[in-house]
Amino acid sequence: MSEQITGAQSLVHALEAAGVTDVFGIPGGAILPLYDPLFDSTIRHILVRHEQAGGHAAEGYAAASGRVGVCLATSGPGATNLVTPIADAHMDSVPMVAITGQVPSSSIGTDAFQEADIRGITMPITKHNYLVTNADDIPRAIAEAFYLASSGRPGPVLVDVSKDALQALTTFDWPTSVNLPGYHPVTKPHSKQIREAAKMILASKQPVLYVGGGTIRANASESLRQLADITGIPVVTTLMARGVFPDSHPLNLGMPGMHGTVAAVGALQKSDLLITLGARFDDRVTGRLSTFAPNAAVIHADIDPAEIGKNRVADIPIVGDLAEIIPELVAAIKVEQAAGAVGEYEGWWAQLNRLRTTYPLGYDLPEDGTLSPQYVIERLGDISGPDSIYAAGVGQHQMWAAQFVKYEKPRTWLNSGGLGTMGYSVPAAMGAKVAMPDTTVWAIDGDGCFQMTNQELATCTINEIPIKVALINNSSLGMVRQWQTLFYNSRYSNTDLHSHRFPDFVKLAEAYGCYGLQCDSAEQVDATIEKALSMNDAPVVIDFIVHRDAMVWPMVAAGASNDELMVARSMAPEWGSDD
Amino acid sequence: MSRHTLSVLVEDKPGVLARVASLFSRRGFNIESLAVGPTEVPEVSRMTIVVNVEGAILEQVTKQLNKLINVLKIVELDKDASVQREIMLVKVKADLESRSHILETVQLFRAKVVDVATDAVTIEATGAHDKLDALLRVLEPFGIKELVKSGLVAVGRGPRSITDRSVRSLDRSA
Repeated sequence: MSEQITGAQSLVHALEAAGVTDVFGIPGGAILPLYDPLFDSTIRHILVRHEQAGGHAAEGYAAASGRVGVCLATSGPGATNLVTPIADAHMDSVPMVAITGQVPSSSIGTDAFQEADIRGITMPITKHNYLVTNADDIPRAIAEAFYLASSGRPGPVLVDVSKDALQALTTFDWPTSVNLPGYHPVTKPHSKQIREAAKMILASKQPVLYVGGGTIRANASESLRQLADITGIPVVTTLMARGVFPDSHPLNLGMPGMHGTVAAVGALQKSDLLITLGARFDDRVTGRLSTFAPNAAVIHADIDPAEIGKNRVADIPIVGDLAEIIPELVAAIKVEQAAGAVGEYEGWWAQLNRLRTTYPLGYDLPEDGTLSPQYVIERLGDISGPDSIYAAGVGQHQMWAAQFVKYEKPRTWLNSGGLGTMGYSVPAAMGAKVAMPDTTVWAIDGDGCFQMTNQELATCTINEIPIKVALINNSSLGMVRQWQTLFYNSRYSNTDLHSHRFPDFVKLAEAYGCYGLQCDSAEQVDATIEKALSMNDAPVVIDFIVHRDAMVWPMVAAGASNDELMVARSMAPEWGSDD
Repeated sequence: MSRHTLSVLVEDKPGVLARVASLFSRRGFNIESLAVGPTEVPEVSRMTIVVNVEGAILEQVTKQLNKLINVLKIVELDKDASVQREIMLVKVKADLESRSHILETVQLFRAKVVDVATDAVTIEATGAHDKLDALLRVLEPFGIKELVKSGLVAVGRGPRSITDRSVRSLDRSA
């Protein structure tokens, strides 16, 4: 006979049973019953300053470690503040469980104080969600939530628990298996498709490994490297996949897409075979879809069958877990190779190498001698190195961080790729640092993004989570300003943030108990970064005062074809002949 | 664009209809009709959804529906290999002069009169989409006062049942 406990105690037991060690949240009326037993639990609860940051922290935690991130919020506004990180996690397939308090079940539907239908609100942005009004259902809902969040295509799952369910007496019974008759993610690929894919790969003349974030979620970087090595096929890593394949590897052409390298964009456009692994033909990669990689056949491997054929027809669809698909593909290719089928890509590489050497990533230093943002980010990556974790916000600094930091390992580059959430960086870095306390974690943030979530510096200081913030302060909403420069006749409507004047970021950092450093010249950059790296007893914020007119290049304008990529303003690359 | 009939078996859980409806709205798929009700298995409901889309979109509809955790099974029912029915209740103006004409029409279509008032009759008709449309066209000149239609429901012809496997899996997991 099990002991009688409250639903709240049962929920804490369930979290412990699910292996949770850290959660991010803020209490409030409806979820208060949970916070009482949580007080006695071994689970570390990090009290954030805004629920949105709790959600992004859970995302950063999950993206850095591969474990499920957990955030807590109360009903109504607490829950609705989680909407952005939940949508973000849904877009980027981040395993996350959000637990929200709900008003007592007798009050649901009465427009009670702090009531919001968070289950209804989050239906389109969760993998699945629950409203639990019976204490006996808590362990099962939590077990299912963690299973759903972390299996198949990972994603956010919300569990909304009414206050009376938290208060009622129940017994704790952790399910030994989950019962989800409508959920059977396919992990093992079809062997016939694998064989066909292997044949097609070796018969192709201009193949590209188009690698997406799914390869990181699947922990498939080792086998990906094998696949590239045995075939010698060029690799492009999307924004979400940066780090899954070493930037130092000679087969790596860098990032494709709107701000991709000429070689990566050109490789996709001129390819005769896209070997698509855990990528989803996002519009930021494809440009105008009808002109994307027009001569390429497509092998599309993904754990989510709905991604296959969604934007681009696949000639060989492979549904399964990339951790199984890629090794099987490697084995099948080896068999084909042993039988004499060897892919010949010399002509292809000659073309690509010409693009790579003619159009390397680069930037011009500002003529007025002010600090170049690209230089700051490049130096940061060089000095802090590939063992550090870098979490970016959204905008120019994000693109530069994707371009100029050299990534060698998966889970070292965190960003909001799909939803494009400004404000992601600081809380995500905080979550990553909690998951990986021995790793140096940088938030590379813009002055616009930083002002959306910088209140979490208080959380970091108080909870001894010493993240480092490299603030790329161009006093503007830089990416929007860039678009205004290019597409709106340089009419800078509401993009000047005046943040070279207000706030004083050094004082702001100090007010939050962080170290505040400032740097406005190239000569000081290295020393400032090294100083920040030596400060590990509190968070550090470096306010890099940078040139505001720097632009992200190359660029494919939104809605344009990738063939119209520009390497600088009014400068198109010479693509060369197709032979 | 063509009309497709999907039979969707779902777990009978709170919110499942909202999930399906929200999915269609969020992905921009248009539902022509949707009917939902219980099946021979207590914990399973069946939705019959009619969509008017092209083939590639239909594939997306099906795949996205399949991603809903509470969706157990989706089968497209071919028009020729299934029995498809809608029910229609229609209130038609009927005076002394027109009443006999209306009753004649009702008989021709094997519909029936289910309510009579001094200046109106209510007709119940069951059938496939086209038959009900034809009946409506004939009734229109008399003056339609009120019209209500159920969504389409459909079942495959022959001895096999689409619930078989899903039911087994539910039993096994119970």
